[in-house]
Amino acid sequence: MATVPERKRTPAAIAAIAVMAVLLVGAAAPTAFAGPDRSLAAKFAYCQDCHGPDGQGYRGFYPIPRLAGQQVQYIENQLRAFTEHRRKNEIMLNVAHGLHGGMVTELAARFHAAHAPPIGGGPRGLVARGKEIFDSGIPEKNVAACAACHGPGAPGTGEIPRLAGQLYEYVVAKLVNWSKERGQIASQPDTSLIMEPIAHSLTRPEAQAVAAYVSTLR
Amino acid sequence: MRAHLAKLRFTAAALMVLGAGIVGAARAEDAAVQNCTWCHGSGAQGYTPAPRLAGQRAAYLRSQLLRFRTYGRNAPVARQYMWSAADNLSDGRLRALADYFASLAPRPAMDGNAAQAAPGRAIYQNGLPDENIVACVACHGPDAQGVGAIPRLGGLSYDYLVRRLRDWQAGYNSAGARPMPHIAGNLSPAQIDALASYLSFIGDRDDRAAALAAAAQGRR
Repeated sequence: MATVPERKRTPAAIAAIAVMAVLLVGAAAPTAFAGPDRSLAAKFAYCQDCHGPDGQGYRGFYPIPRLAGQQVQYIENQLRAFTEHRRKNEIMLNVAHGLHGGMVTELAARFHAAHAPPIGGGPRGLVARGKEIFDSGIPEKNVAACAACHGPGAPGTGEIPRLAGQLYEYVVAKLVNWSKERGQIASQPDTSLIMEPIAHSLTRPEAQAVAAYVSTLR
Repeated sequence: MRAHLAKLRFTAAALMVLGAGIVGAARAEDAAVQNCTWCHGSGAQGYTPAPRLAGQRAAYLRSQLLRFRTYGRNAPVARQYMWSAADNLSDGRLRALADYFASLAPRPAMDGNAAQAAPGRAIYQNGLPDENIVACVACHGPDAQGVGAIPRLGGLSYDYLVRRLRDWQAGYNSAGARPMPHIAGNLSPAQIDALASYLSFIGDRDDRAAALAAAAQGRR
């Protein structure tokens, strides 16, 4: 019976074992600081910190929008609008600057694939009026039906955002402040121009009704 | 006379309700309040290691008392002091205590490292996108005042703020508590020092200006 020659532990092998031991100890430790992680997974976790583990949105000091199910092209466009100062938001300007290369499309695709139920919390009493406005517009003010672009049930398409399940407070804040946040560079008009006259025509109670309706949609 | 009797009857009924465990508004001289202020400071402004309770968000105080009562908040100091403190709190008394402490005016601890207030402010307001550290302002507000169940951080003591962040890093208090355990895990010791320093100097708007001016003087 042939004997298996005993392997000599070379310095390199010993070093490798030492490295593995350090890695194992590191893995066993809790979430202690380990230096910046540049991976896509780490960036996604960073998005989830604010937008929620399932991208369902979060009520912070400011309403943080739902990204679950959001259209990829819309997310890409908005992140570009932040960095080009067409859409005004200090927090997202910084966030967008920290996204590199193909990361944006990958992150957007992950959120698009999420299907968390809406977090709710909008005023139930306004839903019926909101549905009316969403489906039929307000003919006496010539306000277009939201469903014309966002689709029945508000799934959105391409660069037109999904509104289904969006946070009530977020939608109200966007509609009420439309021209203070969107289309901030007059020489570079973008798709936000489509919404401008509509947002202006809506009274606050009408905006609240629409927001209440879409916040319930799955 | 009739009115007087009705009043008496009403008082008796109110006392019976109290006896049934529904507690009215708490006051400084109540035994339950004093039980808290032995450690949290006679004015509830905090006393190391016990955090300031004055001006804290009522919904946050309620949620934390519940987490102590159910042992979800499990860092060493919580185990040692707050588990037994919260054990026998009825829901009514818990609510009354939270409302009482939330109603008191908070004073900033101003005990951080003054030279670190500026870098701390930058992290708080802007985050560090390249290091995947989110801007605290999104949830805790521009003056670190908190909202709803999200706590006020402005003016809490440096030691308490550092300990809370380190406790999350060590894996404590994590059950059902998103997103802070993950956020804290990304912070370096220097970043924790900076954030806790900045926050310790924040009072209401007027106080903050004075505190930052004082901090700037201390740097010179």
